[in-house]
Amino acid sequence: MDIFTHTWHWAISGFLIGVIMLSLNYFGKVFGMSTNLRTLCTMAGAGKFSDFFKTDWKSQRWNLLVVVGAMIGGFIATHYLHDDSNVTLNPKTVAQLEKLHIDAPNGKLLPDALFGSEVFTNPKILFILILGGFLVGFGSRYAGGCTSGHAIAGTSNLQIQSIKAMIGFFIGGLIMSHFILPLIF
Amino acid sequence: MKALKYLIIGVVFGIVLTKSEAVSWYRIYEMFQFQSFHMYGIIMVAIGTGVLSIQIIKRNQWKNSKGALFFIPPKEFGAFRYWIGGLIFGLGWALIGACPGPIFILLGSGFFTVIFVLIGALLGTFTYGLVKDKLPH
Repeated sequence: MDIFTHTWHWAISGFLIGVIMLSLNYFGKVFGMSTNLRTLCTMAGAGKFSDFFKTDWKSQRWNLLVVVGAMIGGFIATHYLHDDSNVTLNPKTVAQLEKLHIDAPNGKLLPDALFGSEVFTNPKILFILILGGFLVGFGSRYAGGCTSGHAIAGTSNLQIQSIKAMIGFFIGGLIMSHFILPLIF
Repeated sequence: MKALKYLIIGVVFGIVLTKSEAVSWYRIYEMFQFQSFHMYGIIMVAIGTGVLSIQIIKRNQWKNSKGALFFIPPKEFGAFRYWIGGLIFGLGWALIGACPGPIFILLGSGFFTVIFVLIGALLGTFTYGLVKDKLPH
């Protein structure tokens, strides 16, 4: 069971992600998770405010099914395939996080400092979560895709636009991680 | 049956992203700090698998399940939207350590405070729809 419960090797994980993208291509679909955010807006009636959401959400039903499956997969993996050795970071990273007052993983996927129940009493944490989500939602629609659509699917097809977007992802991530995060925490 | 295959692909995706820890805020932080090869390895092998397979598929003109050639629609022409949109996405990605796929996966896993990230992401998507005609692409 160890091979399932321990952290999966990057080579196996990367290969499987490639296979997932290809299997969607085989069924005539294109891998893209952020499109579901648009579909959910459409379903909630956002078409009343912008033509951008006047799409036929039923054509995206397959993608919503992938999302439901992904949620089930996440549940299975966290509840039945967990091991205390998970998320073993570089000790340097852990020391750096301590300086930022962010708790060490010790097998957890997410830090309590950001995703714990403190969000209900600390408006700053609530603001960070909503702002982070906002940037991800806005940025992925502006760029026309996210990590799955651009970095994996687009780049695999050697699309120059996706490579531009991916460089943008990394520049933004580096600015946040090195210059803004230390100011927030 | 038609629907089931997408559900199964999703389940595999959710398990792989969770067990590879690509859904972990910590792994994203570690990646942007250049303190581990793990995430770079995942991304590079995924892209390598994709590039190689798609080249082989195109050269041999293999058909998909519908009997047609594999087709991945090209992204629209543009520059500003990719650089700036990408940069905005990256800022959010490194802040909350989750891109759209992981947001859903983490919610399914029972990390209920991630609902606030989803609310933010829906607001961001909605805002883009409102202002998109005023933005340079």
